[in-house]
Amino acid sequence: MKLIEAIIKPFKLDEVKDALNEIGIEGITVSEVKGYGRQKGHTELYRGAEYVVDFIPKIKLEIVVSDELVNKVVETIQNTAKTGRIGDGKIFIIPLEEAIRIRTGEKGSEAI
Amino acid sequence: MKLKLYISAMMLILLAGLVPVSAMAEENKEAGAAATSAPAAPAAPVAAAAPAASEAPTAAPAAEPATPPDVKPVLNTGDTAWMLVSSALVLLMIPGLALFYGGMVRQKNVLSTMMHSFVAMGIVGVQWAIIGYSLAFGPDIGGGLLGNFSKFMLHGLIIMKDAATGTVDWALFQNYTKEPGAIPELVFAMYQAMFAMITVALISGALAERVKFSAYCLFVLLWTTLVYDPLAHWVWMTEGWLFKKGALDFAGGTVVHLSSGISALAFLIFLGKRHGFPQERMAPHNLPLTMLGVGLLWFGWFGFNAGSAIVGVNTSDAAGGLAGLAFATTTIAPAAAGLSWMIAEWIHSGKPSALGFGSGVVAGLVVITPAAGFVQPGAALLMGLAAGLVCYGGILLKAKLKYDDSLDAFGVHGIGGTFGAILTGVFATVGATGLLAGNAKQLMIQLIAVVAAGSYAFIVTLGISFVLDKTIGLRVDKEDEIMGLDQTQHSESGYNM
Repeated sequence: MKLIEAIIKPFKLDEVKDALNEIGIEGITVSEVKGYGRQKGHTELYRGAEYVVDFIPKIKLEIVVSDELVNKVVETIQNTAKTGRIGDGKIFIIPLEEAIRIRTGEKGSEAI
Repeated sequence: MKLKLYISAMMLILLAGLVPVSAMAEENKEAGAAATSAPAAPAAPVAAAAPAASEAPTAAPAAEPATPPDVKPVLNTGDTAWMLVSSALVLLMIPGLALFYGGMVRQKNVLSTMMHSFVAMGIVGVQWAIIGYSLAFGPDIGGGLLGNFSKFMLHGLIIMKDAATGTVDWALFQNYTKEPGAIPELVFAMYQAMFAMITVALISGALAERVKFSAYCLFVLLWTTLVYDPLAHWVWMTEGWLFKKGALDFAGGTVVHLSSGISALAFLIFLGKRHGFPQERMAPHNLPLTMLGVGLLWFGWFGFNAGSAIVGVNTSDAAGGLAGLAFATTTIAPAAAGLSWMIAEWIHSGKPSALGFGSGVVAGLVVITPAAGFVQPGAALLMGLAAGLVCYGGILLKAKLKYDDSLDAFGVHGIGGTFGAILTGVFATVGATGLLAGNAKQLMIQLIAVVAAGSYAFIVTLGISFVLDKTIGLRVDKEDEIMGLDQTQHSESGYNM
């Protein structure tokens, strides 16, 4: 099992989610995060006081998949979340030790 | 970008072109006024006023008219209705101010900042009834410096004729003894109460996000008693020494805005900057609240300025042409000021901001306040345009000098009030004359009033701040300031959504 973490642009969320549903992924966790990489921030001006805003809002997706699906999921996310401009985001693949369904107690691939 | 610069430049040139147009519109004062005013309610400039009750001949403008006799006051229901509404309008300005300031601070301090305005309503509301009204508007104790205590607890405003049946009479306030129009003195006292409340609340703009609430409450009580009440007496009572000198302040340029602005500066000397200023991010957390506040302030200001016709020169009409004039100038000046601040910011910083437009509107309102019933619409337009530019410059100066007048109490109210008071001495043509009408002396008198009121307010506030600083302390602890005043001073959180 792997945990796939994807940081994407917020307006891409619906597109990515729909594409993942189409390839059979039925559960994802979404959080609102802030960050920056090569995409720089902007300045705001309030009555003569200038503020540099470094962080840009992003969406983080967390999906747990079995090893066979990893490449398909990564490919899907990359294709739908890409705009070609700086700030499209990143995907991280993290090995996962165990997964448990709380309601039934199922483990491993039964739980995801 | 170049296109925007060009459009802004063109607009400025167009607006500047209005200067000769409005100057031309100022002519024909006497002929115009006589043609449009009703016989019973003259609102004409100084020399031509002829009250219906008097038997004096209508004098030629150059000659001295024979003094009409005093007449007894008669309750005027139209004036009373308007003054009741005006009082409510001015009260509404204080929650408006709370929103204006509250939106500009960080989220963790929103309630604390709003409390500064609200608690002022409580403290001053009580103080005014007990001694404030008497000190400000009671009979003079001597020298035109202060009123006595004869109106303690508003004594004398309700005249008990027969306690057994509860029959009462109402003391009347008659502004001009040659005209009978009067309103109940209770209404006048309550109208003035709202002014006292908002003046001290204005100072809180400089103290936001770090002042200790208990110290602030004590400050409110001391300042309104020791600074506001005397100043109101000096400028608005007929025995007041600045009034006797001929100082013009229609609705409170010196008494309200200059005094609060300069007092903010005095307090800041002891209070110090916010922790983390100016490096840390302290952007406004809720500008929609601020814009809402601007709207309520402008709306209420019609009561503030147009209602001040009650103390207009040589007239007893609260609701009449003079109120209409003040209403007009209070519309035109802030509109112009909002635009000129916005355009200046557009050119200087690249974008027109909502906060900028709102601040411009407030600057225009402040600047027109001392002049509202003394200048004509053309002058109001010019004063408004200048107000936006001058106060915008004041803000930039603050950013350069890096003193922490958090919400620009001095930058907008202090500078704006002074500017407006001085310009009144330039543009006055109704009920008084200024520099452009050929009376250079008025400008000198305005300067004297500004210096006198400003230095008095500054010095006394220094004293109050010093005493409070040495006794209970002015600031919260650093840890409390970082955590936020809502939590640490009030055990509350503004947003639990």
